Amino acid sequence: MTWNWEFAVEALPILLQGFVNTLIATVVGTVIAAILGLLIAVAIRTLPRWINWLVRLLVAFVRNTPLIVQLMFVYFAFSDIPGLVSIPALAVGCIVIGIHYSTYMSESYRAGIDSVPPGQHEAATALSLPPVRTFTAVVLPQALRATIPSLGNYAVAMFKDTPFLFAISVVELVTSAKQFGGSTFAYTEAFTLAGIIFLAASYPTSLLIQRLDKRLATY
Amino acid sequence: MTDNVTTLLNSLPQLWEGIQTTLILTIAGSIGTIIIAIILGLAMTSPHGWMRIPARIIVEFFRGTSLLVQIFWLFYVFPLLGVELDPLMCGIGALSLNYGAYSAEVVRSSIKTVNPGQWEAAIALSLSPARRMIRVIFPQAWALMIPSLATLLIQLLKGTAVVFFITLSDLTDKIQQLRQSTGDTVFAFTVGLVIYFVIAWLIQELMNLLERQATKRLGRRRPNSRSDRREARRDARAESKREAGATTVPGPSSGNVGYGGAL
Repeated sequence: MTWNWEFAVEALPILLQGFVNTLIATVVGTVIAAILGLLIAVAIRTLPRWINWLVRLLVAFVRNTPLIVQLMFVYFAFSDIPGLVSIPALAVGCIVIGIHYSTYMSESYRAGIDSVPPGQHEAATALSLPPVRTFTAVVLPQALRATIPSLGNYAVAMFKDTPFLFAISVVELVTSAKQFGGSTFAYTEAFTLAGIIFLAASYPTSLLIQRLDKRLATY
Repeated sequence: MTDNVTTLLNSLPQLWEGIQTTLILTIAGSIGTIIIAIILGLAMTSPHGWMRIPARIIVEFFRGTSLLVQIFWLFYVFPLLGVELDPLMCGIGALSLNYGAYSAEVVRSSIKTVNPGQWEAAIALSLSPARRMIRVIFPQAWALMIPSLATLLIQLLKGTAVVFFITLSDLTDKIQQLRQSTGDTVFAFTVGLVIYFVIAWLIQELMNLLERQATKRLGRRRPNSRSDRREARRDARAESKREAGATTVPGPSSGNVGYGGAL
């Protein structure tokens, strides 16, 4: 193996530029997924039976099919519509990743809401709080406590899935590594550095989430 | 629409080839995943540091770096090191290592959650460590780990879609071809997603079957099984009927320990 430090030093700024897109996709995707996931979890709890079944089928469908195929689907479907102002690939990527992970996060929210003791619900009803307020002021804050660590884990998983944006030509970390490798043949340096950057960002985050999990644990 | 269907029927043989590649990757990757997971998972529960620490480092390494980085590493960097790998082997290798590391964590935590009384009993009966693991601990841990493994194997199926970046012609690639020949993105990708969904469903059913077998061998009932859920629904309906003032009330279901609540 020939490790060339010159190439490594040359590659680093290019990779970090790509890393910016990776971070944008992760952060925006997480925000979308966290909001949409909560909406799905609430919808599944409140909607009537038949729509509920449909929502659950859709959620299962999105969850059990590959993210890459979904990305290409949405990206190409939008670019097929004539006369539409072209949406940047990164925006499509953020939205699709957000939707994909919202199906996972809705499951965490569901578990979080289920973990709130039923007495809390009953007490709020006994105090004749309106149902919406019962949910937002009593159940949800307690549910979030149980949910946040697993949302964090999904955010890390999402971070590691952002290279799939490669499929719709977003230049993120791995794509920039591949481009650098393609132009200089320094694949070893480029991909190794890309791997190290991923590890350096995701491992401390998951350690932090573990600590958060311990701190927020109540029951 | 009829044009699309004709094109689809004409390209079915190619599509089937793509499905085969995806299935080969999924099946070989799953086998590799489970082997790696069991080895690393057992090593991580070992009392010896020289086994536990390297296993932990390997697991964190493969969990921390992205699947695509690993696949590209095997595909682009290994030839530079003088190891030529077939693209299919690259795919299977990267999928097994990545998901094996995730599954190792599942194996480790399942072994740790087996009732400590079982460990003590096995020690008291002076079973050898290997026998203790194979005959007592692992069968119980296996039943616990199957649901999480099912999720991970479906993730693996979804992960196989990246292999078309390393020149393999899998289902995703064939869908792209179908899209080009029909010119209808929505149609082609819907077909593809449905195929993936069906494969994922088959994996889930297979794992449910394995779980049923594993729990049956332990002489237990599978938690939250389909018949349990059906029974719970029936009871809930009977309950609401009783509250509504119905006269005929079916008796409470029997044989279900976990369900019942305050009576």
